[in-house]
This record gives sequence, structure tokens and C-alpha cells, in this order.
Amino acid sequence: MPSNRIRMKKNVGEFTIVSNSALNNTNYHICLQSDIGLPDIAPGQFTNVDIPNNKDIFLRRPFSFFDVDYEKKTVSLLVKILGRGSKSLTELKVGSKLNLVYPLGRGFTIPDKNDKVLAVGGGSGVAPILQLAKTAGSSPGQMHIAIGARSAEDHISIADYLQFAQFYFTTEDGSLGEKGFVTDHPIFHDLTQYNRIYACGPLPMMKAIAARAKEAEIFCEVSLENLMACGFGVCLCCIEPTVKGNLCVCTDGPVFNIKDLKW
Amino acid sequence: MVNLAVKIKDLELKNPVMTASGTSGFGEELADFYDVDKLGAILLKGTTLRNRDGNPYPRMAETASGMLNAVGLQNKGIDYFIENIYPRIKDYNTPLIVNVNGSTIEEYIEVTQRVNELDKIPAIELNISCPNVKEGGMLFGTSCASAETVTREVRKAYSKTLIVKLSPNVTDIAEIARAVESEGADSVSLVNTFLGMAIDAEKRIPLLSTITGGLSGPAIKPIALRMVWQVSRAVKIPVIGMGGIMNATDAIEFFLAGATAIQVGTAIFRDPFTPLQIIDGLEDYLNRHQIDDICKLVGALKY
Repeated sequence: MPSNRIRMKKNVGEFTIVSNSALNNTNYHICLQSDIGLPDIAPGQFTNVDIPNNKDIFLRRPFSFFDVDYEKKTVSLLVKILGRGSKSLTELKVGSKLNLVYPLGRGFTIPDKNDKVLAVGGGSGVAPILQLAKTAGSSPGQMHIAIGARSAEDHISIADYLQFAQFYFTTEDGSLGEKGFVTDHPIFHDLTQYNRIYACGPLPMMKAIAARAKEAEIFCEVSLENLMACGFGVCLCCIEPTVKGNLCVCTDGPVFNIKDLKW
Repeated sequence: MVNLAVKIKDLELKNPVMTASGTSGFGEELADFYDVDKLGAILLKGTTLRNRDGNPYPRMAETASGMLNAVGLQNKGIDYFIENIYPRIKDYNTPLIVNVNGSTIEEYIEVTQRVNELDKIPAIELNISCPNVKEGGMLFGTSCASAETVTREVRKAYSKTLIVKLSPNVTDIAEIARAVESEGADSVSLVNTFLGMAIDAEKRIPLLSTITGGLSGPAIKPIALRMVWQVSRAVKIPVIGMGGIMNATDAIEFFLAGATAIQVGTAIFRDPFTPLQIIDGLEDYLNRHQIDDICKLVGALKY
């Protein structure tokens, strides 16, 4: 059976936790290994994770993929403690199993070498943004990544990604980079140098970025995280009103071009 | 080798495990995971005469051992289904059953008439139990008189197998089941969701845009099981049981209580493979108990 599943578009499978460590105050990095090969996983796609050992939690919890290593058959998730579900995950021991439904949703449009890109990550929204840079194989001249967090301790290390992008930081308390929200960063003063903008993070952040992109008439994709039950398009709970009607964030998204959204 | 095949009037199922309407899309979403031909049948997403946007977000709230939903029959209407979806799914080698909805009797009839023309749809499930629409839906399923009327009118318009999906939000579900049986229903399926509610105490707001919604999942299983038991003793037509079935053992309990077939719903949200696991589990159970036919389990509760 497992050998067949890899040929299907989507899978449900057991992964083994190979590492689970705190990156800072709020974020954990969980690396998971599959017994079988991985299907193609695009930046912005996500997995719906069964939360073990917690009888209060009935539904799975969705997480964007942070990193994928096809050779080692590992995927990693950036888990920010938001509630009971994410808290449970960060307490799991190395060697324990996690059941994933994957890969779900539609990811970001991968920029090509000629694109000049601004990618913005807020909170754990930084995960798919970093994966996007790595997958695109971009360069610091071509891709600028702005990351916002509450304070310096909430930022994760981007050392592995310096080859792919130029980084800009903001913190609300001014402890790292510019003080304020990420959208207050001077990089937003002149967007005309970019022809693509990507954003993943809190809704107010993405809406602010979408408004600026719309004004400057620049291609812009954002990644939504509406509440969902199934993650594969059958429950119709995670709908987002769009110019094409109510669409499922889990299958039509989570990445949407802002021209389709009613923002 | 054990027999898992069952018959609901003229509807022949290779096994008695169906996917519940509203939890398995149009089959295609499950086909991304596995060969849906293995399923006993697929109950398609509830369909109305015209496009419905459904209710505003948020439509879902997790609750103890279950969830509330307030989708509100979002669908593109029967014509869109016939033109765009039916051609893509009609060659699945498993019965496809349209879940028919309406806000008036005329709408139920019109949808039914269109479905009647589709060769590859051997049955309909008449949904008189949706708790998430303002007009029609559950209103038809909560009084004997209206349940009788809509069943009678739809029966006139439909020649194939007619299943009526019952609401648990009634005083006496057996009475409603007898009413639809008397008007020509070939089978009843039960239960739809229980009307429920969830509140964010800190913010003092409802968790659903519609304030109330339908409760499903293991939380409702004991009540669903009791209702299947009561209904199966009250009617002669086959009963299709559902409500919180998560595994083969749950399914067996429904057969013992009197169900001829079962539907898996909310469990699919947690794991789309659940129906297949249940089919395997039923076979194991029959082998283990040396029973050669699933039909011998129907209503076989010892008491």
C-alpha cells in the first residue's frame, strides 16, 4: 500500500520526528522523516497534522512546509505556539510518530531569474517565504526578504538563506532592525523596483501589503490561513470570498493572487 | 471469502460503506488519495436548483470529540453539476448518489427530475434535514406532514432508488421515518447533524457566523446509534446508519443496531482513508466471527 500512495496526488502517512527544537521564544523547528519517498512539494503548500496524545483535539492542524529534503525524505515545519494543538506538537519526543496529510493546497508562483522580488514574512509566515527563496534559487540582488517579528528573540536564524536573498528585519520593540511593523520598513517606500511581491503572515500585515501592491500595480500573492477541517476541499469550511465566488483556501489556495481577493 | 455486498431496493453496493454527503465532495477530492471505486458508494455534495454561496466565514468550530459546521449547502446548482462535474465523475465504478436539496417542494422536484435523466446516478438522497439553511432543509424533516408531502411529490418524479435523509432534531425520529416510508421512500439514512452552538467566552461571541450549526463526529455517535435502533424497528425499508463512525467497530455497532449500510462523514476530515479502513475492518470482523455475510449482522443485536 505505501508504495502505491506515492503515486497519488495526495497522501496520508506516518513520519518519524528526527528533531524537535526551540528556535527562539515562540518558534519550534520540527523535522520529520518519511518511510517512503516524498512527492513534489512546492513553497506555500501545507500539511494537515494529526495531533497525538491530546484527547481535547479532534481535528488536524495545518502547517506550511518550511523545508523539504527529497534525498533524506524529510520535511520540516516551523511551529509557532498559538494554542493547544501547536503546544502539543512542540512537546513531542524525537523518534515519535506524526501522521500527515500532504501535500495540500497550491503554492506560490515560483519567480524566475528575471523577476525582482520582495517577499515578506511575519511570525511563522516566514517559513514558506524562506522555502520560496531556496526553491527559486534566487540571489540577494534579485530577492529581498523583509521579516517582521515582535522582538529580536522571535526572529529565527536565516544564515542558511543568505545566499538566496537580501534580508531586512523589523521588530515591534526595536530590538532588531527597524522599529515597527514590517510594513513600516523603508523598503516599502519605493516598490517600483519590484515586479513581484509575496507575503505570508498575520492578516493585517498581508492586507496592508496587498493594498500597497495594488496601488503600485505589482503582481502580488499572499498565503491565507482560514480555519479548516479537512484540508483537501471536501468540508467547505475554509472559504474565502473572491471575485470567482467562495473558494476553498485549502485547495484553491492557500496562496492567492490579490487580484482575485475582495480585499 | 465473506460477502460485503448489500442491496438497497435496486441500488446494489459492492460493500456497505458509503461516504456521507458534504464530506467527500464529488469523489474527485478522495480520488487524489486512492481508487474511489473501492467505496460502496459516494454521496455527492448537497445540490440545489440554483447556485448557493453558502454561509459566511467562519463556518466551523472544533468541539469536544467533534465539530460544528455551518456551510449552508454551498454548491453551484444542478445545471452546473450536470454540465461540468457529472461528465468528469460518471465513469467511477461505484454508485454516485446525488444529495437533493430545496427551499421549496418545487425546487426538490425540479432537481430530482434533472437527476432522473442521468444514467450513472442510480439513486438520490432526499435531504430534508440540513440544519444550516434558512428556508427548506430541516424544516421539511421536522414534521410528519411536511416530510410526507415532499417525499410523496419527489417519489412521483423519480423512478430509481429514493433514500430520505432524516434529521435527528425531532421529538420522535421513528415517526418521521414511518411517514416517509408510507409515501414511498425506499430507504432512510440517518442521522444528519444535531443543531448545536459554540461560544468564545473571552470575546463573548459565537464561533459560527450563523450562531448555530450542525454537530457531527464521535460526540453524537451514541445518540445516532439509538436513533438507528429505533428507526430500524419502526420501518421495513433498509436503514442507512451514520453519525460519528470513526472505525470498523463503530460501523459494526450500527449494523447490529439495524443498519443495512453505513455512511462515513466527519471521520474523512481527519483521515480520507477511513472508509477503506472500515471496509477492511468489516471483512476482518466477519472472518473472526465466522460470519459469511454482512447481511447476517443487520439488527443482530443480542438482548
